[in-house]
Amino acid sequence: MAHHELTFPTTEEAVRELHAGDTLTIQGHIIGIRDATQIRIFDRGVEPPMSLDGAALLHTAPNVRKLDDGRYEPMCIGTTTSARMSRFTEGLIRDHGARAIIGKGGLLPEALEPLKAHGGVYLAIVGGAAALETTQIEEIEQVEWEDLMPECLWKFRVRDFGPLIVGMDTHGESLYENVQVEARRRLEQSIYSKL
Amino acid sequence: MTTTTTPTLEKAIEDTAAHLYVWALKDIPQDLRDALGEASRRETHKVGKRILETITTNVAVADEQKNLVCQDTGLAVFYVRLGEHFPLHPARIETALREGTRRATVEHPLRSNTVHTLTREPTGDNTGHRIPNIHWEFVPDWDGMDVKCVPKGSGSENMSFLKMLTPADGIAGIKRYVLDSIVGAGGKPCPPGIVGIGIGGSADLAMHLAKEAIARPVDTVNPDPEVAKLERELFELINETGVGPMGLGGDTTVLSVHIEQAHTHITLNPVAINYQCWAARRASAHITADGGVEYDREF
Repeated sequence: MAHHELTFPTTEEAVRELHAGDTLTIQGHIIGIRDATQIRIFDRGVEPPMSLDGAALLHTAPNVRKLDDGRYEPMCIGTTTSARMSRFTEGLIRDHGARAIIGKGGLLPEALEPLKAHGGVYLAIVGGAAALETTQIEEIEQVEWEDLMPECLWKFRVRDFGPLIVGMDTHGESLYENVQVEARRRLEQSIYSKL
Repeated sequence: MTTTTTPTLEKAIEDTAAHLYVWALKDIPQDLRDALGEASRRETHKVGKRILETITTNVAVADEQKNLVCQDTGLAVFYVRLGEHFPLHPARIETALREGTRRATVEHPLRSNTVHTLTREPTGDNTGHRIPNIHWEFVPDWDGMDVKCVPKGSGSENMSFLKMLTPADGIAGIKRYVLDSIVGAGGKPCPPGIVGIGIGGSADLAMHLAKEAIARPVDTVNPDPEVAKLERELFELINETGVGPMGLGGDTTVLSVHIEQAHTHITLNPVAINYQCWAARRASAHITADGGVEYDREF
């Protein structure tokens, strides 16, 4: 379990170095997306107005305050449950070149194959730890699709963003799946017999 | 604890609702802090321990910066215990709770999550048709009102389950359904949290009771000894699964298991599960008949 530091946007080669269980701190930029954002991109076929190439994407819908000059000030930025958005994984990595998806709770097992085939990782953040996450976001640099508020496309500049845990890697390994397999083994082998 | 007096009762309730909503989001209750701290000290799994430490740090950062603990401002749920002699009709109380929710959202401002279920059109102020969700309990021979606000995050609410078991499934069937549901939920509801379980009644009552169960302070025990026994057993069994903090493995999958029950029909054995995340936000107040407000009076 190694610790890494990566600046995003990054390359496919860089994320292929990561293994499930490693920890990671991110510098540079992160792009916030959510259900409505991805429904627009993939189900409505609308090209996103900012590049996702090499990007780290964050499953988020932030609390923000709009300033007089039109910019947004971060108030509380945290992370939502990823599983709902699992089906967009292939399109994000293969067609848009995204390299990391940051979320909580894991993507469904069906996302492992596109992560492996096209070079992407899933990074686990501590869900609910939004007060801390907000302190790692230096500025909201760009906001697109404001009509989807709060599920816009957000570009955040971050510093020391983390700690993140590599939950699903490009080698077909998923910490979530490992925990599920072990939990079901415990149910079958010892817990059910006590009921 | 603070006491204030405001000119009219309806305004007092509205102000209280607005205050409770924001307060609940920023300052998680002491019983929950204690339980998270204890879990962090006891956890032996490396990743699980690290996650629990991050949670503790996050709660401290929210305190220092007076920020929200979690970005999900939830669906506003209120629990009201209303005395028979309280001098304001529930219809007016409902209006005041709604207006307080709206004001807190707009004035703070808080993220609004409330949308029309079919069109997905946002209302912008965290109120809507039948929202906030209000649970009522009426108390004879009393002129006071207790109100508790529980902003309910969607990550945990999405992990709600209902099954109409058969009487032959018995208590073992209830236990098995709860275990399978919590393991299946994995890291999605932000464990370790509070598992609220409603047993008995009808389908709707079972889920209503599960929602009441998640609003209880950590480690409170059901007064019925049979139900309390089931709470203890399920707590132990769920933590044996090793799902752990955020579903990434560990000794702590739940902080507490709360069960509420109702009698049921001879052919029914309903079990409902409503999960509450580790950020189990909750804030209470007591309102007197003359509009005095006392915060932090837990019920």
